[in-house]
Amino acid sequence: MNTLLNNSDLFVTGFRNTLILFFFSAIFALILGTIVASLRVSPVPAMRAAATSYVNIVRNTPLTLVLFFFALGYPKLGLVPIDFTTAAIIGLSLYTATYVAEAVRSGINTVPVGQAEAARAIGLPFTQTLTLVILPQAFRAVIPPMFSVFIALLKNTTVAAGFSVFEAGAIRANLSERGEPALTGLLWVALVFIILVFMLSVLQRKLEQKWKVTR
Amino acid sequence: MSSILFDAPGPKARTRYRLLGVLTALVILLIIGFVILRFAESGQFDAKKWQLFTFPLVQQTIAQSVGATLSAFATAAVLSLVLGILLAFGRLSDRKWISLPCYGFTELFRAVPLLILMMIFYYGLPTVGVQGITPFTAVVAGLVLYNGSVLAEVFRAGIESLPRGQSEAGYAIGLPKSAVMTSILLPQAVRAMLPVIISQLVVILKDTALGFIVTYNEILFQAKFFGSQSQYGSPIIPAAIVAAVLYVGMCLILAALAKWLEKRLSRKPGAAVIPAAAVPAEV
Repeated sequence: MNTLLNNSDLFVTGFRNTLILFFFSAIFALILGTIVASLRVSPVPAMRAAATSYVNIVRNTPLTLVLFFFALGYPKLGLVPIDFTTAAIIGLSLYTATYVAEAVRSGINTVPVGQAEAARAIGLPFTQTLTLVILPQAFRAVIPPMFSVFIALLKNTTVAAGFSVFEAGAIRANLSERGEPALTGLLWVALVFIILVFMLSVLQRKLEQKWKVTR
Repeated sequence: MSSILFDAPGPKARTRYRLLGVLTALVILLIIGFVILRFAESGQFDAKKWQLFTFPLVQQTIAQSVGATLSAFATAAVLSLVLGILLAFGRLSDRKWISLPCYGFTELFRAVPLLILMMIFYYGLPTVGVQGITPFTAVVAGLVLYNGSVLAEVFRAGIESLPRGQSEAGYAIGLPKSAVMTSILLPQAVRAMLPVIISQLVVILKDTALGFIVTYNEILFQAKFFGSQSQYGSPIIPAAIVAAVLYVGMCLILAALAKWLEKRLSRKPGAAVIPAAAVPAEV
């Protein structure tokens, strides 16, 4: 308990940054993932191919490597300089977007065929069929897998600690500089994560009930 | 290609699609071209930056680091499969004092970030007098606890997806529960869940890269080491490219194996293969 109370500044800043990383990456990943999923079911073969190869390549790359590239490689390219937090958000978003895309795509598959057929029958073009009819229903169906993706994202933010972002994963290094016991600090970090994950699961159950599809 | 989401294209739509296709290709080529141009302009393709990777000694070290990644992966994969099966059996046990702790165990280790688990092993345990924790044991222990818990859920879902008649038939011919589990339910569950199990193995392979942060001597760790050699122009991007090719290559081989197995199994009559998309993905 003392480790937590005496270093509450570290824990508060650490987890605040974790939540910042989580929040922005989740939003960008959701947007990008939905776009990629839409491209994967689009009638244009080139779009399908592009989205599929993006998903296949990024899904088979470790997140650590993605962050490695953005945190250590990108500054060498002489482009607009970005700080480590932005680099981590870009890396996390690009990585998580592929998982969001897969979840959305599996959701699109669960929407009954009749819905798309009805939309086409009243003459809606592809974009409207997708955005007005299919996607709103697909999102309701994919709440559980989507939340597993977000929970994974929350846990994955710790990887950014290895790339100079001060967040929950970096609390240990700062604690040991102050001479605090490493194990106690780490166990507190783990406990906070368990609580955060639990809160996300509660939110998931609430949303599932609220948006239940009644067929 | 016909889909339920759009009508078969007529002549007008076909031209439009073709136009959009060309446009997409152009945009992608532009992005790739820009990246390559940036790489070239900032000197990432200079011979000097790649010279390091032509030395036999360096290549040997990289080969060793691939070996380190693969040995961590293989050890963790085997142990997590064993742990996963044990935990799944535990959760399906009729005895509350077995099933409840197993439930708590899986939920606990699924909620803690893998990196924090590795840090607890590597930095935490030695401070309370646990001796002999190498980076390798920390990486493997973290991977096994996390992925074992995830795989336990996969096995459980597989066993519960089987028709009830399977276990009932087993009990009817007088088999005890242990025999019903191991010789009737488990083989079918593994078969049904094989695609998911293999994609989880891909996750293990990818997560060995976290060992980089707890100083395990794997691919990424070596890549950073070589990437910061300033007498060769700090070739961090060439090193990242080498690491990316190695990782993506290894993962694609595993993924291809998964696809091949899925196809093979779904060909056989009576095999219920559950598509990977039906089970929530663990990242």
